[in-house]
Amino acid sequence: MIINHPLLGPRDSQEFTYLGDASLIDRPDWQAENAVDQFHDYLYLRDNPAGSHRELWFHETGDRSWLVVTRDTTTHEITAVELARDVARARGRSK
Amino acid sequence: MSSVPILSTLKETVCVLDLTPLTALGGTTARVDSFDGLRISECPDWALASVAARLGQEPAMASAARAFLGMALPDVARTAEPDPFGVFWIGPDQWMIEAPHDTHESLAAQIKAALGDTASVTEQTDGWVRFDLQGERCHDVLERLCNADTRSMAPGSVTRTRLEHLGCLLIRRPQDDHFSVLGPRSSARSIHHALMTAATSAI
Amino acid sequence: MSQINRLNGGQIDTSRSLTFRFDGTRYQGHPGDTLASALMANGVRLMGRSFKYHRPRGVLTSGSEEPNALVELRSGARQEPNTRATTAELFDGLEARSQNRFPSLKFDAMAINDRFSNFLTAGFYYKTFMWPAAFWEKLYEPIIRKAAGLGSLSLQDDPDEYDKGFLHCDLLIVGAGPSGLAAALTAGRSGARVILADEDFAFGGRLNSETFSLGEDAAAEWVARTLAELNALPNVRCMIRTTVIGAFDHGICGAVERVSDHLPVPAPGKPRQILWRIYAKRTLLCAGAIERPIAFENNDRPGIMLAGAMRAYVNRWAATPAQKVAVFTNNDDGHRTAVDLIAKGVNVAAVIDPRPDAPRVADCELLAGAQVTDTSGRLGLKFIEVQLADGSERTIECGALGVSGGWNPNVHMTCHQRGRPVWDAGIAAFVPGDDGPAGLTVAGAADGAFSTHAALTTGASQAAASLEQLGIAAKPVDLPAAEDTPVNLKPFWYVKGGKGRAWLDQQNDVTVKDVKLAHQENFRSVEHLKRYTTLGMATDQGKTSNMGGLAIMAELAGKSIPEVGTTIFRPPYTPVAMGALGGRSRGKHFHPVRETPSHKWATEQGAVFVETGNWLRAQWFPKPGETEWRQSVDREVRAVRGSVGVCDVTTLGKIDVQGTDAAQFLNKVYANAFAKLAVGKTRYGLMLREDGIAMDDGTTARLAEDHFVMTTTTANAVGVYRHLEFVHQCLCPDMDVQLISTTEAWAQYAVAGPNSRKLLQKIVDPEFDISNEGFEFMACREITVCGGLRARLFRISFSGELAYEIAVPTRYGDALIRRLMTAGAEFDVVAYGTEALGVMRIEKGHAAGNELNGTTTALNLGMGRMVSKKKDAIGSTLSEREGLNRDDALALVGFKPQDSSAKVTAGGHLMELGTPVDASHNQGYVTSACYSPILNSSIGIGFLKDGANRMGETLRLVSPLTGSEVQVDVVSAHFVDPKGDRLRA
Repeated sequence: MIINHPLLGPRDSQEFTYLGDASLIDRPDWQAENAVDQFHDYLYLRDNPAGSHRELWFHETGDRSWLVVTRDTTTHEITAVELARDVARARGRSK
Repeated sequence: MSSVPILSTLKETVCVLDLTPLTALGGTTARVDSFDGLRISECPDWALASVAARLGQEPAMASAARAFLGMALPDVARTAEPDPFGVFWIGPDQWMIEAPHDTHESLAAQIKAALGDTASVTEQTDGWVRFDLQGERCHDVLERLCNADTRSMAPGSVTRTRLEHLGCLLIRRPQDDHFSVLGPRSSARSIHHALMTAATSAI
Repeated sequence: MSQINRLNGGQIDTSRSLTFRFDGTRYQGHPGDTLASALMANGVRLMGRSFKYHRPRGVLTSGSEEPNALVELRSGARQEPNTRATTAELFDGLEARSQNRFPSLKFDAMAINDRFSNFLTAGFYYKTFMWPAAFWEKLYEPIIRKAAGLGSLSLQDDPDEYDKGFLHCDLLIVGAGPSGLAAALTAGRSGARVILADEDFAFGGRLNSETFSLGEDAAAEWVARTLAELNALPNVRCMIRTTVIGAFDHGICGAVERVSDHLPVPAPGKPRQILWRIYAKRTLLCAGAIERPIAFENNDRPGIMLAGAMRAYVNRWAATPAQKVAVFTNNDDGHRTAVDLIAKGVNVAAVIDPRPDAPRVADCELLAGAQVTDTSGRLGLKFIEVQLADGSERTIECGALGVSGGWNPNVHMTCHQRGRPVWDAGIAAFVPGDDGPAGLTVAGAADGAFSTHAALTTGASQAAASLEQLGIAAKPVDLPAAEDTPVNLKPFWYVKGGKGRAWLDQQNDVTVKDVKLAHQENFRSVEHLKRYTTLGMATDQGKTSNMGGLAIMAELAGKSIPEVGTTIFRPPYTPVAMGALGGRSRGKHFHPVRETPSHKWATEQGAVFVETGNWLRAQWFPKPGETEWRQSVDREVRAVRGSVGVCDVTTLGKIDVQGTDAAQFLNKVYANAFAKLAVGKTRYGLMLREDGIAMDDGTTARLAEDHFVMTTTTANAVGVYRHLEFVHQCLCPDMDVQLISTTEAWAQYAVAGPNSRKLLQKIVDPEFDISNEGFEFMACREITVCGGLRARLFRISFSGELAYEIAVPTRYGDALIRRLMTAGAEFDVVAYGTEALGVMRIEKGHAAGNELNGTTTALNLGMGRMVSKKKDAIGSTLSEREGLNRDDALALVGFKPQDSSAKVTAGGHLMELGTPVDASHNQGYVTSACYSPILNSSIGIGFLKDGANRMGETLRLVSPLTGSEVQVDVVSAHFVDPKGDRLRA
């Protein structure tokens, strides 16, 4: 596969390490009332769609950026690639 | 195959040591291998330091770096050639600076002094082994080793790529047919073997 | 025997002769020959025995689709099974052997299978050998494996080298026939980066096998002129002997270049083959078409081949399969074979065409409305039986028969991403659908455009269309005038009637009857048909056979062929040698090696090395007189605990962590607190996964307010760095922290033992105070050594002794260990390896990889209280889960055998006295064990249920794997200096 890196352009997926569902960005609040339950769901409950999937890829032999790649799991078509840092900020993550 | 001496015992900041440095290949002189149309040389004579802009300090760091280096930091995937400092981009808001080891063995400290709290600076001199490939056959050898499109790489550009299973930096120097491969120093022998095997195979 | 079937002309160099052997017999051929064409020229028709029935077989085709003529090439370690004689280029000294026969090709004892063919029909494996079950493995399978099957392996290491590489282009053109060459010319002249690849050793494709003229010239002249122009264009790369094997995601194609297959041995340093990974913005498939046979009784005798192949042998290789031949065709193209053979002086007995209105094309007898019903000739064709239009029978003597059932576009690559071909009734064949790989288009015969004119024009126009999508304007190319004969055929798949076997798939010995049987037994989906009968499997993937099977299925089901559907092709297009897939990564170059800074010195000392990940580390340093490893390791341990030792610990991962939020960041990634670590101090840190399981540990030193150096375990350095970047970029993007690996930049040595300070004082520059007061336990500092060399000193201890780790720039690592050893001579300093390191950490009860094994928590490791509840660290929330905090949770403890001569075995499980040895009574397990030369006993550490409260208890340590059982006492894991007085000394 070819991943169109937002900074570096098209790169072979061989250069990347795959992590999984981009929902890992949405880490729960440790001080929430039911934090253990929230963390449990965060860590173990994932969708496994046949179709569009947002997932995290690390440019291991590249610029060390984490990317959020939107990929169709049935065709491997990639429709969007974003820097995970930007996605994380947009989803309210800070420090 | 010939050898050129490594000139690492002349220092400007410290007294002359009686410790003998070794090149990454374990020699006291740098290794040079010649093929028809290609020279592969080990380049131990460069000091390296990485700089990364502190969050929110990017403009301040850029101007401090310009003052220190005498030129602007290069853009994404670009390089600036040594005079005396060479610079290449290695990641978002992150660069590697190179300078002659003889005169800049304490490069990281010099840069930190110049950039202060605008940047994080890390000594990288011996984190890497550098091999230069010079000659018109360099593309034929590199295409056996990594997926970088060396023929269409612009002179003065850099990419990180996988070479012999290892993450390496590949720099196309401004001169025709001149590339530098920077790989993890501990694997210098494996990288050299890969370069030699590929060169023998391709040339 | 001279070349009795050699004709004049052809693309062979008759000025030179090449000698080769087939089954021990010497023959001669010429440069430009394949093994098949050379054998044919020498009058050899019998080339192999079939897979299942051991039927005598010859060539069916003239290309890579060949199902029959598979041979073993070369000898010794270079012996290569299952090579198609039709693609093997002849070289002087070539040795080839037929396969699958015993004792000889002409008399094969296993041909008895042919007599039992009634028992070996479709599904016979499933039916016959199902009972009793044990017989399969012990009896049936070994017999079948020996009797059925293809060539044999040499069982020696392949002496040749294989290479890999990467190529980039705007347009990859697969196939260099008329369409591919027209496409390359169009794209090449436009300035686009073009790769033109062809599996053959001559460019030109089908033009090499026909007698067409292009414009005013013979086709060969146009091909030569076109190639000359392409070779002169710097933007075009012409790759001969290069098979594009697959179309993968996003324009990535694989290709195998056979660099040296046509040579006796590769030139020194040159690879046998290269596996290329091609990044193509667009791909144009110009793979031509593959002819299909007609099935009739005994249609597998040597001498019966495809009509187009017969024409190729005569035109390209000047070799005829026999002096007298016949042609059996349902289409006009088959008649060309007769025309061309007659032109070469071969006697064509008749053209048999089942169409009553068959055209009279060749100057020989035409039997319109007739069909071939049977053949005879034990080891090669002698007679064919023909049923004439009026129903009468006639026997025709001929040594070869050219058969054509029409041509199938070569759609293989269009299926590689599950694309389904579609039916084109006009040519009665499947053509590429519009669901092929993105960016891949098709031209010429591969797209069903069968005339030379159509191949040239569609090649040019599809190339221009592909380039237009890339924004490259292509100028029209002047193409020569060429034949534009329409396809004229009447579908005709098999000859009905008769009791004998009509072969569909000659590689798998599948007959028309097998397909009928499968249908009768309700295996009616094409995918079931394939698997039940094995039709279309194996090395040729049914390139010549699938269509016949489908057509018969359709007829039996009363459906049309497109309703029955088609199986799809998968990569690779032709078989790929395992060596090519491995490339250079083989033997000791399977993965890169990492050498420590002391490697050269350690080698000089005769160190024994061990691989830890990619690192080569000294395991121990044998001294003269030491004959057994324990002697060396025990000596090293005693020397360290008694005086001082030096160990290379460079392999530990080192990550530079800087930034104003660096301390806060470390608080996030370590379970224990880091924010208040003082500058100039080092702290042990435990890193958890988010699920609360321990991930890694190490010490982290604070060099400045905003500057830390983290160490990781050797094995996890890469994973920890990736995790840190994840936490930073995905969870805490606004933290001001910068990370970079510095593992390689510093040579780091542990200097351990009561005399370590004294030794270091000899090399640390005098302005630095490293006394116990000036540099206390867990201190760290940037210093200089040996008269000005910058260095880092850490007072940390893995051994439990007074110890330091000292780091200098890696290039000085060799010099530093030499200096340490010289300076330490007065203390009898030793170098120690990973074994002594391991013994000392077990004696000290320090956890390592065996304990941080992906299942253990901080609580299990005895560090439960370290997990801070006052902050949000990765893993801290889920480590509070009830199940991980049971009262009887596993705890790290030590074990000592009651009999000091008994051995504690790592991996052994702990049972209470008198209980059965089973999982339900398992109390825990031992993770690490060693012989302690200090305690003069074997010792171990491991995890025991509620272990902290069971000190002094006696347990059985059981290892069913080694059959051992010893009684052990539960003790503290801190065998040596439990209070830590020594390391603070």
